[in-house]
Amino acid sequence: MRAIHTRIAAVTAAATGAALLLPTGAMADAIGGSVQKQATNWSAILMFLAFVLFTLGITYWAARRTKSAKDFYAAGGGITGFQNGLAIAGDYMSAASFLGIAGLVYASGFDGLIYSVGWLVGWPIVLFLIAERLRNLGKYTFADVASYRFQQTPIRTLSACGSLATVTFYLIAQMVGAGKLIQLLFGLDYLVAVILVGVLMIGYVTFGGMLATTWVQIIKAVMLLSGASFMAFMILAKFGFSPEAMFKAAVDIHPKGLAIMSPGTLVSDPISAISLGMALMFGTAGLPHILMRFFTVSDAKEARKSVFYATGFIGYFYILTFIIGFGAILMILAPDANGAYPFLTAGPAAGAKAAITAIIGGTNMAAIHTAHAVGGDLFYGFISAVAFATILAVVAGLTLAGASAVSHDLYASVFAKGRANEADEIRVSKITTVVIGIVSIILGVAFENQNVAFMVGLAFVIAASANFPILLMSMFWGKMTTRGAVMGGALGLISAIVLLVLGPTVWKAVLGNPAAIFPYDNPGFFTIPLAFAGIWFFSITDNSEQAQKERRAFEAQYIRSQTGLGAEGASAH
Amino acid sequence: MNQNAQRIVNNPKFQELVAKRSAFAWTLSIAMLVIYFGFILLVAFGKQFLGTPIGSGVTTWGIPIGVFTIVSAFILTGIYVHRANGEFDEMNRQILEESK
Repeated sequence: MRAIHTRIAAVTAAATGAALLLPTGAMADAIGGSVQKQATNWSAILMFLAFVLFTLGITYWAARRTKSAKDFYAAGGGITGFQNGLAIAGDYMSAASFLGIAGLVYASGFDGLIYSVGWLVGWPIVLFLIAERLRNLGKYTFADVASYRFQQTPIRTLSACGSLATVTFYLIAQMVGAGKLIQLLFGLDYLVAVILVGVLMIGYVTFGGMLATTWVQIIKAVMLLSGASFMAFMILAKFGFSPEAMFKAAVDIHPKGLAIMSPGTLVSDPISAISLGMALMFGTAGLPHILMRFFTVSDAKEARKSVFYATGFIGYFYILTFIIGFGAILMILAPDANGAYPFLTAGPAAGAKAAITAIIGGTNMAAIHTAHAVGGDLFYGFISAVAFATILAVVAGLTLAGASAVSHDLYASVFAKGRANEADEIRVSKITTVVIGIVSIILGVAFENQNVAFMVGLAFVIAASANFPILLMSMFWGKMTTRGAVMGGALGLISAIVLLVLGPTVWKAVLGNPAAIFPYDNPGFFTIPLAFAGIWFFSITDNSEQAQKERRAFEAQYIRSQTGLGAEGASAH
Repeated sequence: MNQNAQRIVNNPKFQELVAKRSAFAWTLSIAMLVIYFGFILLVAFGKQFLGTPIGSGVTTWGIPIGVFTIVSAFILTGIYVHRANGEFDEMNRQILEESK
């Protein structure tokens, strides 16, 4: 039993590790322990400054065009499918997936691919079941859709709680990751780094709203995709573009040898494997900052195209990170032309293989060292700047989603009962953005020395267990009622948080108890079906007047969701 | 329900569109679920197979299978978008036109 638990702990730790730049056992990485501040990296800082100035210019341009609530939340609905596809990719491909997955491949080979696959396969589901209906029914937030024919106050409140919980946990992980990473890459103080990220994200979102956020995400996606493409090209070029030759060289030099070509110990028991898969797949379809992006396009047609392009870019990117991870093995563990090991703290003893853990800065630095090896100082600076830009684009999207949940769902619909005027609603949104920015700086500082690895996992599980079931059922099931939605959603939300706290990652690793009460790190296998069962049971047993009215309203909603009759269009300018 | 919506419900084309599009979307969703959870179950139960080299090299079956899973996600979205933005949107346009 003990052995199983340890294995499962390794699974989730690695899973979240990839998501979060986390630290486990052999993988001492950026987020985990203490990080040594590096020498100030001027080429990286200059390139990052250029990025910041350029994006602030865009924010200024966007601010002048952002007047109405529709401009602020949805960029006026005028983003094209291709642009939105890039922005979704920019919103979704975090520094964690770039550095974390490349680091995981560097340390364990094939296992990195398992996570890449999991992070991608939610997208087709988003397209087939959610995107066009969401676009046809909603306005600014996914709660618009979830509450479409129901009582506004309970559903909006619950959806806002689900959104804020997802956003907060995701943000803490990003802030702590950003602080550690920037310390490593730029040689700045942790505090300076966290404040810088917080202030820039407040700037983008309060002044430029969704339009600025979208363009920051597009620029970041283009930078990240071109940088990663260049690296993969340079690595493959060394092996005459033969993957077999590259794998052969990596197997020869890696301490684990041929084992890097097959699944390792990361996913060992079926419940953990399926649970992780469910959380990744359905969590993607319940992330508020991602769902919000579908309201930035003009209609269902463009919404579908967005997912097609996003899936292509994200899938391509994950294949690149796999190649980069193998490149890292070859660049870091093999001696350079002078017989030295510039990226290791110590070279191997004579006749022995170099140790994976000797990498300077931890395994999350694998991609960055590889950039240095293939492209020299300037490219190293560029990739460092890209990593920082990546974090900014993700936190800006998260902040906007959190601010919308407060201003559009809680303030305008619950508190003002739909009678708030647009100017007030935008003002509340901007104030909330500043508050979220300040709170995340404080949380970033508070959690500096904590292991926050589990938080991205938590965000995905909450999104999959609370947001996704309500959203999906409200669009597909005519017999659902307010009571069913609230009970089912609340069951999913509460059970996800409780089981995560009782599980090995928090109960044992964070709180230091000897054994976990709940054996699995990822509770999705239990909490997602529980939410669906709750929605079903509390809906079919609901025979109130209100419930009958809600059921009768389904047909009109259904027609709009299918045909787009009466859907929000793009604004005129 | 307003008049336009009533006309849409009564239009046999609407029933046809919804039936066709839903069947298509669910078929593709199931295809994705089968491919992905097939991969995950292989990882959990079929490590031996995934770790078997193809021919005499070091590249194992796990590599093309993993890459196939990624590529299949993209291809499935492409198939859906192609048909939804062409055939289904044209039917949808006619339905909305006829409801006026």
